[in-house]
Amino acid sequence: MKTLTFKGGIHPDDCKKNTKDEKIIEVLPPKEMVYPLLQHIGAECEPCVKVGDEVLRGQKIADSEAFVSSPIHSSVSGVVTKIEKRRHPNGKMVNSIVVENDNTYRLSEDIYEREGFFELSKEEKLKIVREAGVVGLGGATFPTHIKLNPNKEIDYVIVNGAECEPYLTSDHRIMLEIPKEVVEGLKCILNITGAKEGIIAIEENKMDAINVMSKLCEKEENISVAVLKTKYPQGSEKHLIKAVTSREVPSGGLPNDVGVIVDNVDTCCAIYNAALKRMPVMSRIVTVSGTSIDKPRNFKVYVGTPFKNVIENAGGFIGDVGKVIMGGPMMGITQFDLNVPVIKGTSAILAFDKLTLPKKENVPCIRCGECVKRCPMNLMPLYLNQYAKAGDLDMCDKYNITDCIECGVCSYLCQSNQNPLSNIKNAKQKVIAAKRAKGGK
Amino acid sequence: MENKLIVSYAPHIRSKDDVKGTMLDVIIALIPALFVSVFFFGIRAAIVCVVSVLASMLFESLWNMLLKKKNTINDLSAAVTGLLLAFCLPPSIPLWAVVIGDAFAIIIAKGFFGGLGQNIVNPALAARAFLLACWPVDMTYFTKPFEKLFSPDVLSSATPIAEGIEEANLLDLFIGNCAGCIGEVSALAIIIGGVYLLIKKRIDFVIPASYILGVGVIGFILGNGFLFSMLSGGVMLAGFFMATDYVTSPVTSKGQLIYGLIAALITVVIRKYGSYPEGVTYAILISNIITPLIDKYVHPKKFGYVKKAKTV
Repeated sequence: MKTLTFKGGIHPDDCKKNTKDEKIIEVLPPKEMVYPLLQHIGAECEPCVKVGDEVLRGQKIADSEAFVSSPIHSSVSGVVTKIEKRRHPNGKMVNSIVVENDNTYRLSEDIYEREGFFELSKEEKLKIVREAGVVGLGGATFPTHIKLNPNKEIDYVIVNGAECEPYLTSDHRIMLEIPKEVVEGLKCILNITGAKEGIIAIEENKMDAINVMSKLCEKEENISVAVLKTKYPQGSEKHLIKAVTSREVPSGGLPNDVGVIVDNVDTCCAIYNAALKRMPVMSRIVTVSGTSIDKPRNFKVYVGTPFKNVIENAGGFIGDVGKVIMGGPMMGITQFDLNVPVIKGTSAILAFDKLTLPKKENVPCIRCGECVKRCPMNLMPLYLNQYAKAGDLDMCDKYNITDCIECGVCSYLCQSNQNPLSNIKNAKQKVIAAKRAKGGK
Repeated sequence: MENKLIVSYAPHIRSKDDVKGTMLDVIIALIPALFVSVFFFGIRAAIVCVVSVLASMLFESLWNMLLKKKNTINDLSAAVTGLLLAFCLPPSIPLWAVVIGDAFAIIIAKGFFGGLGQNIVNPALAARAFLLACWPVDMTYFTKPFEKLFSPDVLSSATPIAEGIEEANLLDLFIGNCAGCIGEVSALAIIIGGVYLLIKKRIDFVIPASYILGVGVIGFILGNGFLFSMLSGGVMLAGFFMATDYVTSPVTSKGQLIYGLIAALITVVIRKYGSYPEGVTYAILISNIITPLIDKYVHPKKFGYVKKAKTV
């Protein structure tokens, strides 16, 4: 079988063996559920319920007028007890709705199975996706209804099943346990966008998923499975497109500029549920793993469940916990308060023992050039790091800092244990802000 | 659960490669050449190496102490510098000269510029150039293999490169049975070490290939012979161990190709037209200085800058 890939990248130990054979288990929501009003890229939502209101499972509790935004739904039935600032997994305090779970899980009346999705107009279909609060569940959380409505012709829809981050197995389990939903979701996307071909792209370390999906796609005319080389960051949107279609998304552009839309497998399932039952995104699959987790598992977690409840379900911590991360070990965000809730973008919760955290001596850069050779965007991280540290934003811009996808390959490889990414990230934000200020004049 | 958790930037995992490991691999890769040298020139070759390594590490420690900095001999970069300097000295070199060379390499060529990663020229070669300028007689007193050093009836012998292509036996040059510096006589031993570094991915093939083959081809054009140009003098040692020094070579593959070819051209031109028989040292030093310029203008082709993507 031909395996597709891109130039650059790294091969870290994938560490998936602990959870790749663990069936998805549902985590029962606790008494208090927290819904941050920012669970997507874009504008924060405004609550559309008041303290004391009774809410049903699946009921919309917050929405926004802004173009780039996505509504939020209650994943349990109960009573709104507070609307206040709470800690968000990104570290900031974000306005959140707190719902007291009444443990009855009464479903909103709008959610039931129905037919005829394909007969609706494009606007109606997109509205259904929007109202279901579907965002990119791979972690980027970009509102899907905007992604599915490009003003360009789309040739390919690629379903991202690469899951290149070590430890993560949630997408893998979805493809094994509910492959039909993935394919049906893809069909919905093809229908909405009018794309000719759908491709499900999976890394070759998930042979079982490749087999399951291939078998399911045999009957489908315009859907196929592409096998990718196991490499980080193979799941990066731009690199997935490069590997599968040989097209290069232009700098500063979007996948639809080259006629491609990429959606994560979990997002496909969400679209399918929205199309079939008008079921909003209320839960997601979360891998709980790492060296400090007693029983690594894949969980179906209701959005709004605090991290600590999820971790308790995985047997709690063992050893001396050093770091708790939301997301993968390459790009994830460290957490310091375990009361933060699982949000739509939480693909994993990882915990690492202090002893297993990387320990390398910090020395000056010796210009080994590995970061330049393996940077998937072909940038020169060592010079970007220097200019970023010196605060020279003009040179950062000249060295194309805004093209950085923040994959962390440079920092992973660094022999001198520098963290180019940390400096580049800071400088990149400043460069973007400066450009915006300039453009605004 | 009330533990204080560590907050840090991503990524949270790192590769196992570190500077110390790289330096250790370089030392391992140099061992075959050292053995060959001891075989041909006797224990004296080993003594020069040991003295040089110890002196380098001593000067590194002293320099750090003087600047009140953390001692950095653990990263083994000073040991590598010491060993490489010893490798490009003749076996009969007085030991005091070796120590002075180490002081120059570690303090002037490296420390003055800011230490590890900051030097603009290869410290070992800078020290060799310094010694060659100060004590040209000691630096060009070469003995034939298996000769007893310092016995009154031994006369200094010319290296094959000084004798020229007519006198040379290519097989002897390949295995190292000829007069020359400690580490550079045996092409075979150096290639073994070089292949080790290539397999361990510590170096990339671009610089050794462009430099060594470049010397061969340009040498052939100028009438020095293809194989003779590559096998004689310090070309092999420089190609695998000196020119590939991370700090003083370009970071892009394209840049490394240009760098290797420039160094090759200068080497052959000095050999052919200069007053020194050997041009490797100066060629690499000059190329080191050109490196920042190459890095400034030679960038990788960035992702996402194609005019119009073609369909499959």
